[in-house]
Amino acid sequence: MAVGPRVLEVAGAPHAGHLRRLREWVEQEHVFGYGLILPAILLLVCLVAYPFGMAIWFSLSDYWVGSPGPFVGLANYRDILGNEVFRQTVWNSFVFTAIAVALKTVLGVWLALLLARNLKFKRLLRGAVLLPWVIPTALSTLGWWWMFDSLYSVVNWTAIRLGIMSAPGPNWLGQASYAMAAVIAVNVWRGLPFFAITVLAGLVAIPREYYEAAEVDGASAWLRFRHVTLPLLRPVIAVVTLFSTIFTFSDFNIVQVLTRGGPVNSTHLFATLAYQVGLFGGNLGQGAAISLFLFPMLAAVVFVQLRYIRRE
Amino acid sequence: MITGVRSRGAQRRSALFAYANLVPFVFFALFPFYFMLITSFKSNAELYNLKSIPFLVESPVVEHYGLLFFRTEFLTWMKNSLVISVTATSISLVISILAGYSLARLRYRGVGSFGLAVFITYLVPPTLLFLPLSQVVVSLGISDSIWALIVTYPTFLVPFCTWLLMGYFRTVPREVEECALVDGASRMQTLWRIVLPMAVPGIVCAALFSFTLTWNEFTYALTFISQTANKTAVVGVTADLIRGDIYYWGSLMAGAVLASVPIVVIYVWFLDYYVSGLTAGAVKG
Repeated sequence: MAVGPRVLEVAGAPHAGHLRRLREWVEQEHVFGYGLILPAILLLVCLVAYPFGMAIWFSLSDYWVGSPGPFVGLANYRDILGNEVFRQTVWNSFVFTAIAVALKTVLGVWLALLLARNLKFKRLLRGAVLLPWVIPTALSTLGWWWMFDSLYSVVNWTAIRLGIMSAPGPNWLGQASYAMAAVIAVNVWRGLPFFAITVLAGLVAIPREYYEAAEVDGASAWLRFRHVTLPLLRPVIAVVTLFSTIFTFSDFNIVQVLTRGGPVNSTHLFATLAYQVGLFGGNLGQGAAISLFLFPMLAAVVFVQLRYIRRE
Repeated sequence: MITGVRSRGAQRRSALFAYANLVPFVFFALFPFYFMLITSFKSNAELYNLKSIPFLVESPVVEHYGLLFFRTEFLTWMKNSLVISVTATSISLVISILAGYSLARLRYRGVGSFGLAVFITYLVPPTLLFLPLSQVVVSLGISDSIWALIVTYPTFLVPFCTWLLMGYFRTVPREVEECALVDGASRMQTLWRIVLPMAVPGIVCAALFSFTLTWNEFTYALTFISQTANKTAVVGVTADLIRGDIYYWGSLMAGAVLASVPIVVIYVWFLDYYVSGLTAGAVKG
């Protein structure tokens, strides 16, 4: 507050001495630095940290849309943990994340190895492979929804014609395990490019001499991959896998569009259940408690990342 | 890949092997788009005919696009998406350029913790905070308007862009900056005239990613807006073409195709920026 009158004076009467002093003050590295970071910090405090605090408060109170309720301690958590649907959701989330991330990692490394070759149409191939990652997920999931339609599924049509399936084929989105498979397939489809392109960047950075040396030593393609490529790629793969774990675990779009958590809650993830309970059902307290279950996973990933970065 | 050691024949065989293995991946990546496109041109009679071959269109029709344009507010949704994406991207870019420069270049107390804070919020998934944010938006009096999204989108754009830009700012040689300062330029002038022009590729990259992320965003757009006229293209197409038990499949696909067009156009134009931004965002993390 003591600065107030001085600033006003400067604004009112452009006194050369004051102006210069203000300029000198701003030119100091720390003042300038704080000034530049201030808008970002304000934004993060008001719209990330504060809502996070609110989420915790909601989860500890009987809060409904439009009617803030009293503090109820851990009652929401107790209710949730005793709820069959929630336990199903926990199980779904781990199955979904584990299978999807594993598939994306293996296929992603394989695809990156293929793309790293010096092929014709290199740019075109990369462009094509990256496309699912760029198109709005909710919209491309609409396409998948139609492809998994109970009556007109093109997947079943093709598989039946090829003799892989017998007549009607599975009702993809209507049977529990098939629905989970469908949701995982779409997630892998959409997330694979991120893995492939990032691992590819790591691959390109490996000095060619390493391979030449290994080849001179008579190492086969598999041995070169196992003892040269893989160890050097490990940091990149670790980072990408961690990233993907968070964003797969907290996925919303694909499940919300494809199954809405059904059939009979067999594909609900934390985010979709939180949406259904918190907004659809209006129970913000329980909804917030459900979405806060994403936090331990986030914390774990951040912890591993930081330890890992520190080691670098 | 390694010339001189292996014979020509072996090289050709290995290239063939790579192409053959890439075919399923490319097919997997592109087939859904092809299928959406052809579905959007099929007449209902053909669409719901179990005997027709699903991969082909016998007689293309544009009636689904007609329904989209004349019986829904598709054009309004597209306009909303455009306004929201451009505004949120611009705001986020300004904030991120300042923050990114500050974190990458200036030394002051707490710079490390600020960097850490930005990194952690970069990893916070939007689905963790959408419930309280929906209430914040209500108390700001902007719920159910496009402002709800313009205000909240920077929460994930700023951490991302700041992180991306920090990498680019670090590549600008310190000496250039110091020269300008010694010559009497102010710090702001140095940032504006010297550092920014050298970081243009990074800024383009951040702008492209921000635009794409906002255009594609679904969770907040679905949660904060319920009025048809204020929806974004992605939510409008997903939500308003299913009326009760009736699914307008043809129009759903038509809407999905058209609402993706702006992103596809930008993507084709700036492919290399996408590739470099994608890798920079994660690898430097």
